[in-house]
Amino acid sequence: MSTQIQEESEEATETETETAPVERESPGDRRREAKRTASDQRVASEPVGEIEGDTFRLKVFRYDPEVEGKMEPRFDDFTVPREKGMTVLDALIYARDHYDTTLTFRHSCRQAVCGSDAFFINGRQRLGCQTQISDLDGPVRVEPLPHQDVVKDLVVDMEHFYDQMHAVEPFFQGDTPDGDLEEQRQSRENREKIKMSTRCIWCGACMSSCNIAAGDNEYLGPAAINKAYRFAMDDREEDELKEHRMKILDQEHGVWRCQTQFSCTNVCPKDIPLTEHIQELKREAVKQNLKFW
Amino acid sequence: MHEHDVLVIGGGGAGLRAAIAAQEEGADVAIVTKLHPVRSHTGAAEGGINAAIREGDSWDLHAYDTMKGSDYLGDAPAIETLAQDSPEETIQLEHWGMPFSREDDGTVSQRPFGGLSFPRTTYAGAETGHHLLHTMYEQVVKRGIQVYDEWYVSELAVTDEDDPSERTCHGVVGYDIKTGQVEGFKARNGVILATGGLGQVYDHTTNAVANTGDGAAMAYRAGVPLEDMEFIQFHPTTLPSTGVLISEGVRGEGGILYNAEGERFMFEYGYANNDGELASRDVVSRAELTEINEGRGVEDEYVYLDMRHLGEERITDRLENILHLARDFEGVDGLEEPMPVKPGQHYAMGGIETNEHGQTCIDGLYAAGECACVSVHGSNRLGGNALPELIVFGARAGRHAAGTDLGEPEIATGRDEEFEREDGLDTPVDPGAVGGASDAVADGGERTDGSRSSSDARSDGGTAVASADDVVQRAVENQRTRIDRLLNEDSGVQQAELREKLQKSMTQNVNVFRNEEGLKTALEDIREVRERYEDVYVDDPSRTFNTDLIHTIEMQNLLDLAEAITLGALARDEFRGAHWRQEHQERKDDEWLKHTMLAWNDGSPELYYKPVILEGEEDTYEPKVRSY
Repeated sequence: MSTQIQEESEEATETETETAPVERESPGDRRREAKRTASDQRVASEPVGEIEGDTFRLKVFRYDPEVEGKMEPRFDDFTVPREKGMTVLDALIYARDHYDTTLTFRHSCRQAVCGSDAFFINGRQRLGCQTQISDLDGPVRVEPLPHQDVVKDLVVDMEHFYDQMHAVEPFFQGDTPDGDLEEQRQSRENREKIKMSTRCIWCGACMSSCNIAAGDNEYLGPAAINKAYRFAMDDREEDELKEHRMKILDQEHGVWRCQTQFSCTNVCPKDIPLTEHIQELKREAVKQNLKFW
Repeated sequence: MHEHDVLVIGGGGAGLRAAIAAQEEGADVAIVTKLHPVRSHTGAAEGGINAAIREGDSWDLHAYDTMKGSDYLGDAPAIETLAQDSPEETIQLEHWGMPFSREDDGTVSQRPFGGLSFPRTTYAGAETGHHLLHTMYEQVVKRGIQVYDEWYVSELAVTDEDDPSERTCHGVVGYDIKTGQVEGFKARNGVILATGGLGQVYDHTTNAVANTGDGAAMAYRAGVPLEDMEFIQFHPTTLPSTGVLISEGVRGEGGILYNAEGERFMFEYGYANNDGELASRDVVSRAELTEINEGRGVEDEYVYLDMRHLGEERITDRLENILHLARDFEGVDGLEEPMPVKPGQHYAMGGIETNEHGQTCIDGLYAAGECACVSVHGSNRLGGNALPELIVFGARAGRHAAGTDLGEPEIATGRDEEFEREDGLDTPVDPGAVGGASDAVADGGERTDGSRSSSDARSDGGTAVASADDVVQRAVENQRTRIDRLLNEDSGVQQAELREKLQKSMTQNVNVFRNEEGLKTALEDIREVRERYEDVYVDDPSRTFNTDLIHTIEMQNLLDLAEAITLGALARDEFRGAHWRQEHQERKDDEWLKHTMLAWNDGSPELYYKPVILEGEEDTYEPKVRSY
C-alpha cells in the first residue's frame, strides 16, 4: 500500500488503540490497564494540539498488513510530555516505550548520520532525530515518506531507492595501489567541489519530495544523480570514466527529467545543493554532446 | 537454507572490509546484517585513522604509543600488526576514492590526536567514519557481494563438544525483519562476526540504538571466551543531553577544556601537565568528572569545550560537522559559545577473544572490529585506533576465512590448562543462566520441551558427528521455537522496562569511577533483571517488521554483556587504563599483567586469566609509568 491512497480518508479512520477485556490480573494486564488509562487521558486532553505547555499531541500513521485493526491505515494520537531539547524521534520513542510497543519506525544513530529516520513530519520530509519539537507548530503529525510503499507504520520499503542508487555505478573505478604506498593527489579545490555531494546519508527524503520521481518510476532521482556527480567531478577518476558516467546520466530518465523545482534541495537534511548539482551535470552533458558533433 | 563460503555478520567497517577481502581471495561471500550497511554506526566515527604514512613517523612509534595507551595490556603481536598494516589499508581506502581532507600539495591530511607522538590521524573532515563506511559499501556494490540487509542473526550454529576449542561453527540463524521468516545460513568456510559495539548496556552513550553487542554475546554463549570486558572507554566529550560525540579532533586542532570557574583544569589541577587536553581519553574523562564532583562543573553536570579561538575558517574547513552536531543536538553555536561536554560510554576495549587472523577458539568462527579483542587496545584505546582496527583486522579475517595462509598466529586462543583460575571472587549473587548450568550450548536459554536441543546432535548414535546441515537446521528450529514463544505469549514483562533498569544501574555503578559496593549492587540488579527476563513477552504479534521482538532478543545480549563487564570489573582490583577502582589506586604489574577471561561454561560463567604478550618483533615493551 502507499500513503497516497491514504491521505483523503485519514480523518475518518482515526481510532484509539483497541483495548480488550481482561479476565485475570497479570503484569501484562496491569501494563495494558496503564496503557488504557494513558489512552483515556489522551482523549481527555486539550482538543487543539498545543505545542506550548507541559505536553503535546503526537499523531502517528499506523498500518500493519497482518494485524487486525491495523490493516486499515489510521492515525493514533499520543500525549507526550514536553522536554527541553526533545526531538520528534525522542517523542516517538517515548510513545513506543510508554504507550504502545508495537509502534514501529527505523532509527539507529540519533545523530543524523545513519539516515534511517526520514519521515513526513507536519507535511515535510525531515529526519526525526534532527527535528526539534519546539520548531514545529503542533500537533506533531508523523507519516511515512510519501511516494514509497509502506511496510508497517512509519517503515517504508527502501528497495527502489537503493536500486536507483546502485544504477549509477556508485563506486570509484580508479587504479588500485601497486604496493608503493602512494596516495593519489587531489587538490583542496577539487575535494571542496565534491565535499557536499559526499555527505549524502541515503535517507531518501529528496526522492520522496520529488514530483518527477513520483510520476516516473525509472527516474534516477536526486540522490542517485548526486552520487554520480560525486564521482563525475572527482579529478582522481580518468576522463574516459567521466564520459561513461555522463552517458548514464544523459538519458531519458536521467538528468533531463529534473524540472528544477528545488524540493529535493529544500528537504535535504545535510544541506546538499542537489538541484545545483543536477543543473551542473546537465551543462556537462551538453558540453559532452557538443564534443561528439 | 542459504549457503555461502563465507558469511559476514554485520555491515559496518569491519564487516565490509572482511567481505571485500574474502571476495578478492575468490570466496563466495555474503553479508547478513540487521541494518542496511550504510546505516551502520561506523558512519558516526568522526576523528580519523591512525597510520604512519609520513616521513619522520614509523610503525614502531605508532605501536609504542598504542602500547603505552593500552597501559601495557595490549598484546604486542596485535599492536604491531595494526601499526604495520594500517598505512597500506589507509592508502587502499584512498584508492577506493575516500574523500580525505587534503594538504596544499594534494596529499592526505593528518592531525594530532590524544596520546600520539606524531600527528598521524588521517581524516576526512570530522566525518571520517561516514566516508570510510560509504567508500567501502561502494566497493561492495562494485563487486556484487550479496547483502542480506535487515536480517537479524540471533544464533550461531555451532557443534556442542564439551571443550569449546573442539567445536565448529557451520553457520547462523537469520530472522528476516521485514517478513518474520527464520532461515538457516550455512557457511562452508567460516562465519565472521563484525557486529560492533555494546553501548546500549549504558544509558548515556555515543553508540547507536542498534549497538547491542549481539555478536559478542552469541559467541560467548557458544563457548568463546570474552576478554577484558571491564575496560569500557568513556569518551570525554559527548553532548550532555543526548550523548552525541564531539570528536577528539576538536582538541586535536587546539580546542580547550574549561571548568565553571573558567580554569583550564587539565593544567591548573595537574591532570596532564604535558599534554593537557590531548592526554589519553581515560585521563581526560576522569579529570572532567573530578571537576564536576568537586563542584567546579557547570550545572553540576558538565564542563566546557571551547574552539572559538580557532577561527571560523579553520573550524569550517576541518570541523564543520561539529558545528552541525552542536547546533542540532544541543542548540549551541560552536562559533559563538563554548560547547557543553561530559564523559559518555563510547567503546568496548574488550570482546570476543581472537588471534591476529581474527580466529576464535571455535573452528570456522571469526570476529573483527569492536566486537573482537585481539587485543590491540588493552585497557584503553587511543583515539584514531578504532578505524584502522576495522580495516586491518577485517581484511585479515576475510582473507583467512577465504582460505589464505597468513602464517602461524602468535596469539593463542582458547583455554590452556596452565592458565590461572579465579576462584576467590566474592559475588553477591550467582552469575550466568537462570537455573544454573545446562548442557545447552546454543543460544538464549529459551529451549522448551518441544524443541530438540543441539545436544541431541551429540547423543545421536554416540560417536556420530552431526552434519553441518543438521547443526544449522537444529539451530533454526531452536530459534523458531524461541520466537514463536515470544510472539504467542501475551502477558509478562516487556523489554523496555528491563532495558531501562539495566542501563541505569550500569551507568550508576559501572561507570568511570568504580567501587566494590557499586559493582556488587550492579550484579544484584543484573540478576534481578535476568530473572524477570524469564517472563518477557512481545506485545506486537506481527511477523512484519517487529522491532519489539528484535529489541527483546537484543535484551538477552545486553544482560550477558553487562554481567561480563561487571564481573571483570569486580575481579580486577587495580587501577589500569580506563578501569579505576576506588579501593585500589595503583596499577599492579606484579599481579595484573594479564587478560581477564570469562567463559560462559554452558551457563555458569568462569573467570580465568591469560598472560599479556609484551614481547614484540624487535623489543620487549617495558611497562612504564604512564603520564601525559
